[in-house]
Amino acid sequence: MDMPPPSPTVLAKKARILDRLRTVLPADAVIGDEAETRAYECDALTAYRCPPLAAVLPASTNEVAAVLKICHEENVPVVPRGAGTSLAGGALPTADSVILGVARMNAVLETDYENRFVRVQTGRTNLSVTGAVEEMDFFYAPDPSSQLACAIAGNIAMNSGGAHCLKYGVTTNNLLGVTLVTMEGEVVEIGGAHLDAGGLDLLGLICGSEGQLGVVTEATLRILRKPEGARPVLIGYDDIVVAGECVSDIIKSGILPVAIEFMDRPCIRATEAFAGAGYPDCEALLIVEVEGSEEEIAAQLERIVAIAKTHNPVELRESGSPEESAKIWLGRKSAFGAMGQINDYMCLDGTIPVSQLPLVLRRIGEMSKEFGLDVGNVFHAGDGNMHPLILFDANKPGDLEKCEAFGAEILKLCVEVGGCLTGEHGVGIEKRDLMVTQYEADDLDIQMAVKDVFDPKWLLNPAKVFPLQSSETRRIAAE
Amino acid sequence: MMRPGSEAELADAVAGATGPLRVIGGGTRDIGAPVDGDVLSAAGLSGISLYEPGALTLVAAAGTPLADIEAALASEGQRLAFEPMDHRGLLGTTGVPTIGGVVAANVSGPRRIQAGACRDSALGVRFVDGRGRVLKNGGRVMKNVTGYDLVKLLAGSWGTLGVLSEVSLKVQAIPETEATLVAQGLSAQDGVAALSAALGSPFDVTGAAWLSDTGEARVRIEGLAASVAYRLKQMGAEICAGWDVYEGVASAALWQEVRDVTPLSGQAGTVWRVSVKPTDAPALLNALGDPQAICDWGGGLVWLLMPEGGDGGAAAVRGAVARLGGHATLVRGSAETRRAVSVFQPEEAGVARITAGLRAQFDPRGILNPGLMG
Repeated sequence: MDMPPPSPTVLAKKARILDRLRTVLPADAVIGDEAETRAYECDALTAYRCPPLAAVLPASTNEVAAVLKICHEENVPVVPRGAGTSLAGGALPTADSVILGVARMNAVLETDYENRFVRVQTGRTNLSVTGAVEEMDFFYAPDPSSQLACAIAGNIAMNSGGAHCLKYGVTTNNLLGVTLVTMEGEVVEIGGAHLDAGGLDLLGLICGSEGQLGVVTEATLRILRKPEGARPVLIGYDDIVVAGECVSDIIKSGILPVAIEFMDRPCIRATEAFAGAGYPDCEALLIVEVEGSEEEIAAQLERIVAIAKTHNPVELRESGSPEESAKIWLGRKSAFGAMGQINDYMCLDGTIPVSQLPLVLRRIGEMSKEFGLDVGNVFHAGDGNMHPLILFDANKPGDLEKCEAFGAEILKLCVEVGGCLTGEHGVGIEKRDLMVTQYEADDLDIQMAVKDVFDPKWLLNPAKVFPLQSSETRRIAAE
Repeated sequence: MMRPGSEAELADAVAGATGPLRVIGGGTRDIGAPVDGDVLSAAGLSGISLYEPGALTLVAAAGTPLADIEAALASEGQRLAFEPMDHRGLLGTTGVPTIGGVVAANVSGPRRIQAGACRDSALGVRFVDGRGRVLKNGGRVMKNVTGYDLVKLLAGSWGTLGVLSEVSLKVQAIPETEATLVAQGLSAQDGVAALSAALGSPFDVTGAAWLSDTGEARVRIEGLAASVAYRLKQMGAEICAGWDVYEGVASAALWQEVRDVTPLSGQAGTVWRVSVKPTDAPALLNALGDPQAICDWGGGLVWLLMPEGGDGGAAAVRGAVARLGGHATLVRGSAETRRAVSVFQPEEAGVARITAGLRAQFDPRGILNPGLMG
């Protein structure tokens, strides 16, 4: 992975930068020791590592502002970091950067059930936002798989989704307001407890901007009352095309399940060996979950089962109890772990139009043979967000490169059939160089022009999102 | 008036412009500071280019009449989830509303509280920027975080950052049935409290409004018939005890009235659209001397009828909003009033600097609806 060379000027003044940071932060919030900065050398994309110049752990918006002001004055790149769970290398440091971790900022600032929002510091984890409101039977809807660990800051940066976004939407649809600190250290309030923007929708622009436009320190999030209950049905087919048709028919029927998950045979076999959830050995498995009262769930499942039956399933298992529901979900939730038992894997995140599912799955199968690497597919079928897991051996020379080449081909295919490179993980460094397959030069130029407005020196989260070649002129001009 | 028939012609028209352009779709949403300039209409770009009911997605040229889109969707039992308002009644305009106009103005109706705003259903855009470049962002899939989200930025930018040429939207199945619970004679305070309780219930309310003239609170439920019946029973037993029930077309009529702000149409005065924290709505009305109002979105969206004279209520409305938080837009007012006061909410310095910076990038010559948003 190409990264821009670190600035010799910045590297040379490390001591001065640390001294200045210590004037605005407590001593234990400034990390400059090489043994300790190593803890920040990568995120969940562990194939790429680079210890930063320093790491800081501010405890308030004002401290974040003070840090950014100093870094701006000293021309030091800053890499904002939530919990470091990015699968796309969104928080990968450069050797001349300061990691700005928001982990110490995890307070709940305001809870308002009448108006259905909660305001939190963004270092708070996704699941603990729900944790803060569930005593009143409310929840925060976006539920990325990493929700136990991932921070709201990262959710906002990547516009994270989850299994239940078919009904509830992704982060951007559940975000009401942010406190944003600009690279200059200015604190800007955008949105709030009210809905929608009075002027330009800057909130929508900031959500998903991968920490390149500012550092979000506080967020107002929409919370919802929990439904009375939820129950899944498991449906197995011996043909992926038929499974795809079933998904399409369910969606067309007017029922809105909260989740429609899909697993293919390699994934089913791996999870069975790992978790023993009792899945049938078939080509494609669907888990469809609906919500409501007992009667409502029964009525919806009855329709879904009727639709499923018209496609001749090999297995149809309606959950009748919380234990059975847990068992149906067990395999799906263990899928990544199960694949990880077999080998190292790379998890892709392209989205395709649902109608293209059969074609794309067939092509992935063919490519798997061409590249000689196994692949399992587990994904959110309702919205076409695929997660092909390519298995490789990190210890085998050349295997990672082969895996990356295979992954790139899959993502190009996603774009070719009308989809996109990433549905919920973000571009980061991982898909940076593929951006040219989805966007023309002018399309990237206008996005980079947005960064020019927020961060004219191009210091925030360097070398992410845009191909280095596309951003070169701007980065040089900014120096 | 320029009325290009293709995206390329649209790009040429913008690139070749030598002065300000007044960008319009169907011309039914005459909102904002009056713009002097050559009219550039996107209405010539028309047609649905892709509609996949099984994927809940539709792509159409920006000038496609909204009615065409709604008819195509209805033939498959689907609709736009965000329930866009028809402004013609309130503004006394004529013309054909277009899908581009809906997106450019981020027009969202009562279902916004449950299904999201227009911007939440917008999956992708193609547009021509102020330099005359054809640009695209987003796509036609429901989950997409590839690069910055300019779709949201363009939605609600009123043609000031670019002229939309194509939009791609997420659509929704029309539920089997709908019903509305109605109570009369509630004060603003009691009405909004009831709406809050309904929205805080597990019964998936898709509309919650209070109308000042009758003190009427309305709560809508949609879904499968058996499910709607169940939820009506539950809500009737708790939060909405004793409320009347309207079903089917009678229910739909109540929401078309809220959506189009019908009670304020045809009445003299300025009309303001205020977004506040829902429980602040009663305080807002109280501060303004209880003008006629419709509180949609559980109280979060307040439509106000204010006297036309003087500043059209600008100082009073903006003062109250400044104290409570939120934003106010003068949706209906004479051209003089719209020239004299800021139609859109004035921005704090930090936000204003970012906005100005973005405008300079998207429209460096300042020719796209200049000044419309202030």
